[in-house]
Amino acid sequence: MPEPTHQDEPLLEVKDLVKHFPIRRGFLKRVVGYVRAVDGVSFHVMEGETLGLVGESGCGKTTAGRSILRAIPPTSGEVWFRDPVLGPVDVTKLDREQLRQVWRNMRVIFQDPYASLSPRMTLLDIVGAPLRAMGLATGKELEDRVAEMLQLVGLRPEYMRRYPHAFSGGQRQRIGLARALAPNPKFVICDEPVSALDVSVQAQILNLLEDLQEKMGLTYLFVAHDLSVVAHISDRVAVMYVGKIVEMAPTAELFLSPRHPYTEALMSAIPRPDPRPREKRILLKGEVANPANPPSGCYFHPRCAYVQDICAKEEPPLEEISPGHWVKCHLARELRLTGAVQL
Amino acid sequence: MLGNSALVEIKNLRTYFHLPEGTVRAVDGVDLTIRRGRTLGIVGESGCGKSVTALSLLRLVPSPGRIEGGEILFYRTVEEASASSALTDVIDLARLEPNGREMRSIRGNQISMVFQEPMSALIPVRTVGSQITEVITLHQKVSEAEAREIAADMLARVRLPKPRQALDDYPFQLSGGMRQRAVIAMALCCRPKLLIADEPTTALDVTTEAQILDLMRELQKEFGMAIMYITHNLGVIAEMAETVAVMYLGKVVELTDVKTLFMSPLHPYTRALLRSIPQLTDAVARGTKKPRLQTIEGMVPDPYSVLPGCTFHPRCPERLPDLCDRVEPGVSEVAPGHSVKCHLYSSP
Ligand SMILES: Nc1ncnc2c1ncn2[C@@H]1O[C@H](COP(=O)(O)OP(=O)(O)OP(=O)(O)O)[C@@H](O)[C@H]1O
Ligand SMILES: Nc1ncnc2c1ncn2[C@@H]1O[C@H](COP(=O)(O)OP(=O)(O)O)[C@@H](O)[C@H]1O
Ligand code: SF4
Ligand code: SF4
Ligand SMILES: [Mg+2]
Ligand SMILES: [Mg+2]
Repeated sequence: MPEPTHQDEPLLEVKDLVKHFPIRRGFLKRVVGYVRAVDGVSFHVMEGETLGLVGESGCGKTTAGRSILRAIPPTSGEVWFRDPVLGPVDVTKLDREQLRQVWRNMRVIFQDPYASLSPRMTLLDIVGAPLRAMGLATGKELEDRVAEMLQLVGLRPEYMRRYPHAFSGGQRQRIGLARALAPNPKFVICDEPVSALDVSVQAQILNLLEDLQEKMGLTYLFVAHDLSVVAHISDRVAVMYVGKIVEMAPTAELFLSPRHPYTEALMSAIPRPDPRPREKRILLKGEVANPANPPSGCYFHPRCAYVQDICAKEEPPLEEISPGHWVKCHLARELRLTGAVQL
Repeated sequence: MLGNSALVEIKNLRTYFHLPEGTVRAVDGVDLTIRRGRTLGIVGESGCGKSVTALSLLRLVPSPGRIEGGEILFYRTVEEASASSALTDVIDLARLEPNGREMRSIRGNQISMVFQEPMSALIPVRTVGSQITEVITLHQKVSEAEAREIAADMLARVRLPKPRQALDDYPFQLSGGMRQRAVIAMALCCRPKLLIADEPTTALDVTTEAQILDLMRELQKEFGMAIMYITHNLGVIAEMAETVAVMYLGKVVELTDVKTLFMSPLHPYTRALLRSIPQLTDAVARGTKKPRLQTIEGMVPDPYSVLPGCTFHPRCPERLPDLCDRVEPGVSEVAPGHSVKCHLYSSP
């Protein structure tokens, strides 16, 4: 039975999160600059909801996820999490002991099902590790719980004594999922969980994630670069460009009527499994900006088809231009942009 | 004339890897035709044999892999200087010495390739210019200086912003997208008749991928080469290919033009594959209820297994009892240019 939910309160609220990595050079390893991997990101996730986070590689999705979990210490910002035991806490301010408690309920699954599983551990060790580390179960009880988890993600409990190399990509992703869900968490960051998988396996894992969400009352932050996958699984979607959220809206609204030029271009760039000729394609100039040396003003201005004088001078604010639809663009209210889907 | 004629005909190609654990039948009886100036797409899930098919054609199959049988007929154009006319002769690439003089004069010259990871195609410690000029002087009778001119011209044609400057850049000084442009320039500098592109954009960002796909289409118009385009991405196939071969476990299971593939696919595997992609329109049109994706039951069997009958039968929702698990289906041409390897379509 899922615990009672607080549907109208956010489970997670991220405020102005920043993560800068120092760039060191020379013999003395002096800091010569910073990679602005996450550069002032704010959003919330409601209980039971799936928030999709999309953007091209290097835009800061993984760093945002790791900073939220405090797998790496954020440079600044707040991460409010409604922990079932501790109550609302700012994860960035917790001590070691409190963090351990919070990590029972904030879990992560990774993109690469190969690299993220130790080859020398059996499934019992892998899936049981968080339970053992958190002192949640030992001995027979631990085995029962692992068996239950394996079954839940569609693997045979008899596989418990096997090593991960004997499993396919999709099966390994199921193992990663069993490990993440073993402590019965509330919130899971899924970092590109299907990006390394073939389409037919991807479909199985996406269905599984949805089933588990319903069964266990899970809340997801779903990170990906594939817009169709994100559209499929998310209730709302946030679009990132060079460390910042540039647009955030309910899924259908974002894909039907994007309001940020980068979102429009990204949607236009996706190769679609449909050979019929499509509307004019927007081909962006240049490449994604370097987060160690971002452009002035709006980070997107060197590539933007709608750029104005102001764009190179002033950074636009992230504004709520209609209920629940946030846009970071000086022209958000004026532009009429083309969505990925026309109804 | 040469317009629509075959450039490469692959006939019953079999390329196996003999490993201690067993034999991997990576390519197991593939028939394909690549036409001059046209794009043949090859699509299928990981491990189905796309790359090994391409490597076989280039005679770059790594050991312990071996071409076990079949033909790879290359209809080569021989420029007759005296008659100033083009003749063709046929050569079976499968019979050539992989590193012999003849194969080396074809590879990188008349048939060239672009792979997924642009970094691996370029030597990190040498400038982009020196690597392209080397390819040119290897295959063409031109001076060093002329080769450099050709290289600069090629870099301009792949729309590298500062082509002359890029000649003296090292690969690491270029971004991923720029590197892939340089690799494409290198592949095209000898004006190949066939370009083999194996997932050339998989490692790139979506917006950069769109630029590269667009560039490849333009260059094909400009240079008139045939392209064998390999990808697992059905979206990319829809954009790039004219004819598409769908592979499953080392075999081509369906071959048709790209429109038919998406609008009326016939093979149960192709149909299942297309149904398993999340569709943007469904996601947007739905209410709050998420539609479930259709999946293919089970998994791709391990590569050592030898399945009797149709290799898709353990997963096929339409398998015919007493037939599919015993008898391998032949290839049926259901319409001109549309063939399917499945009992459902074989004429009695
Ligand atoms: N060097 C090798 N040694 C042994 N087996 C190999 C080798 N290269 C490929 N294979 C096997 O041959 C089969 C076909 O591989 P291939 O690389 O052609 O697949 P692919 O369709 O290109 O897949 P992907 O989409 O993952 O690139 C696989 O079972 C693979 O494991
Ligand atoms: N440990 C690190 N040290 C320095 N730079 C890093 C580190 N981790 C990530 N970065 C940089 O931060 C930026 C964002 O990376 P990442 O969060 O991995 O992006 P994404 O997950 O969106 O692909 C990139 O420029 C990346 O190179
Ligand atoms: S602020 Fe200006 S440059 Fe930035 S996205 Fe909007 S219009 Fe384009
Ligand atoms: S031959 Fe039989 S098992 Fe194979 S795809 Fe056709 S119906 Fe399915
Ligand atoms: Mg990442
Ligand atoms: Mg391959």
